[in-house]
Amino acid sequence: MLGHLDPVLLSRIQFAFVIAFHILFPASTIGLASWLAVLQWRWMKTKNSVYGDVYHMWLKIFAVAFGMGVVSGVVMSFQFGTNWAGFADKAGNIIGPMLGYEVLTAFFLEASFLGVMLFGENRVGRKTYFASNIIVAAGTLLSAFWILAVNSWMQTPRGFRIAQNGLLFPVDWKQIVFSPSLPYRFFHMVTAAYLTTAFGVGGVGAYYLLRNRHVKQARVMFGMAMIMAIFIAPLQLFLGDAHGRNTLEYQPEKVAAMEGLWKTQRGAPSILFGWPDQKDEVTKYAIEIPKLSSLILTHNLNGLVRGLDEWPKNDRPPVPVVFIAFRVMVGLGVLMILTGLTALVLYFRKRLFDTRWFLRWCEVMSPAGYIALLAGWCVTETGRQPWVIYGIMRTSRAVSPVTGLTVALSICGFVLTYGVVFGSGVHYILKLIRKGPEAEGEIYGSHGLSKPPLITDPASKKDS
Amino acid sequence: MSAIPFIWYCLLIVALCLYVLLDGFDLGVGILFPFAPSEESRDLMMNSIAPFWDGNETWLVLSGGGLLAAFPLAYSILMPAFYMPVILMLFGLIFRGVAFEFRFKATKGRSIWSYAFHFGSVLAAFMQGMILGAYVTGVQVAGRSFAGRPFDWISAYSFMTGVALVFGYALLGSTWLVMKTEGVTRDWARKCASYVLAYVALFLGIVSISLPIMNGTIRKLWFSLPDFYYFAPMPLATAVLVLAVWRQLYRGSDTSPFFMSLGIFLLGYIGWAISLWPWLVPFAVTYRQAAAAHSSQMFLLAGTIFVLPTILAYFAYCYYVFRGKVAQAGYY
Repeated sequence: MLGHLDPVLLSRIQFAFVIAFHILFPASTIGLASWLAVLQWRWMKTKNSVYGDVYHMWLKIFAVAFGMGVVSGVVMSFQFGTNWAGFADKAGNIIGPMLGYEVLTAFFLEASFLGVMLFGENRVGRKTYFASNIIVAAGTLLSAFWILAVNSWMQTPRGFRIAQNGLLFPVDWKQIVFSPSLPYRFFHMVTAAYLTTAFGVGGVGAYYLLRNRHVKQARVMFGMAMIMAIFIAPLQLFLGDAHGRNTLEYQPEKVAAMEGLWKTQRGAPSILFGWPDQKDEVTKYAIEIPKLSSLILTHNLNGLVRGLDEWPKNDRPPVPVVFIAFRVMVGLGVLMILTGLTALVLYFRKRLFDTRWFLRWCEVMSPAGYIALLAGWCVTETGRQPWVIYGIMRTSRAVSPVTGLTVALSICGFVLTYGVVFGSGVHYILKLIRKGPEAEGEIYGSHGLSKPPLITDPASKKDS
Repeated sequence: MSAIPFIWYCLLIVALCLYVLLDGFDLGVGILFPFAPSEESRDLMMNSIAPFWDGNETWLVLSGGGLLAAFPLAYSILMPAFYMPVILMLFGLIFRGVAFEFRFKATKGRSIWSYAFHFGSVLAAFMQGMILGAYVTGVQVAGRSFAGRPFDWISAYSFMTGVALVFGYALLGSTWLVMKTEGVTRDWARKCASYVLAYVALFLGIVSISLPIMNGTIRKLWFSLPDFYYFAPMPLATAVLVLAVWRQLYRGSDTSPFFMSLGIFLLGYIGWAISLWPWLVPFAVTYRQAAAAHSSQMFLLAGTIFVLPTILAYFAYCYYVFRGKVAQAGYY
């Protein structure tokens, strides 16, 4: 029986697992790094130590999240070869240099200055310290840019030619790096990361406010998070819509799967809920709003929307996954916008920080960003199947010459390892949250040392 | 013939070399971790590398990423060939990597993360050594892909190189600790270093003798005239350095054993690189055959010549910020 294990399916499961696990941490650190920089800036500007307390608390959480992001990220850089050697061989000319730039311009920057950020507060000048925070934040964004450039090229490949043996050769690097879906994907993803962090931080602030603990610090967390919910959540709706219209142009079958639309039609309805049946090619139990799909996608009530029947069966993505994940993402997005609107109303009634039901609601919403993020990636990655490079290379052709059993073993290893590491990481982060911010001056660096761990040279302490 | 593939070949060798030297000492600290005299020593040991490990490990990511970027064919053959040891190495790196944060956050589970740090470091080092051993004995290739079996990487020889690298990293780790710590921790580290040094010398001897015996091409490279005269100083210099480390440890020097140990590693590494020239997948694909499209290599090189010196500069800066001995007191 073991001989029949399919390395393609297993490699897909493994890749989905390790990348889904990985993305949670960069998403947190993209948001946190920028937010920590804002906190430091407020702290320097206002000299209000409350900002410093919040900064130090979240710096420790940032350190744990970053550590997990690094170790799960190292895995990613080897996966392309261990499991997707066919892809690496055929497309290496194109994706390789972009990944190379990610390492060179982002990873080294983040890794080096993270050390200064975590352990250097008393060893470098105030400005240098702030600068390292900015550098780390910039590094996270650069890293997002390059990896999304790779992903976008795989979704909307441009600027290459195919040689006789199936090898892809670069023709125009500008077209490759800035492929048509990159700008939409980049802004949609970065905004998602910011929202994820905001709802996480807001939930923690609400947790303290409900229990009347660390009230001053909690108001900073909750207030800043709600500013994000008020302004950024609606922005994400527009970015998402723009991204969707871009997908409609370049990957129409993905949109058809998102909509659960099987037949090409004018005035297509929008299906709110239902179950897409892949065999009968119909979305069952559908609750529809007439003509809405045409309106959203073509901005015309009777616009033509292409259904899945335009593509042969073996070129269609697995519809139910895409359909459901899309609804999860959009549903959570709508809830985030409603949270922002409620916060705005409460703010003008001066009840933002003491409306208990709303604080409780924000506690519940704290993982919303993570779930929406994973759902969104599910939509775009599953929706691209059966292609690894859209229209060019099938996923089944990308796999390595490894046996199914080998991959099955490594999946077990990853599930066990990540289970232990992720479980412990979440445990320690929750512990740090329960402990809450500490008064200033007592702690040092992310390891909570009460004194600098290294002998300080007085010469290095002068402000640069 | 274009010089670009050669430049990339050299750059990759440098990147991997920096990885081995830099992550070598922090993996070495992990290898020695449970043998430290006290819990306080362990805190010191961990803090001496905490600001650096992440940056050090990035050289591994660069080596992997650089191989994919500049020599995708080699990448797509070697990774499936070493599927299991690479993934086991990654598991090791995961456990030791998170241990840095978790150990200091834990109260009850501290010793669990101390062991995770130790076994993770040993596993990563051992697997790297095994990959190295399996690599020099050659990889089966058919067409453009790996054609061997899943367990080709296991042999008595690769087992030996695995153990050898664990000792090698332990030497770097112990001499690093001699440089960065004081008191009992330093005394203990010095003793460790001298024991480990003996094993390192032994393994260096075994590898240097066995490689030319096992492989005719390597034998011809080292023992044919006039190359013999160019290469002969290298093993001699290595032997001199081993003796020098021994002497400096004995005399109580703090910094020189570390840098001399780096020298031993460097010489060993250069010897290894020379032996495998010009193979990227021994003995099937040369670096020229595996080279990416000219435009790809140029595109990345254009940025690398500016970015790499910058990286080295701020790397040096970060080491400068955290220079000096790790303080003795101040933990909870």
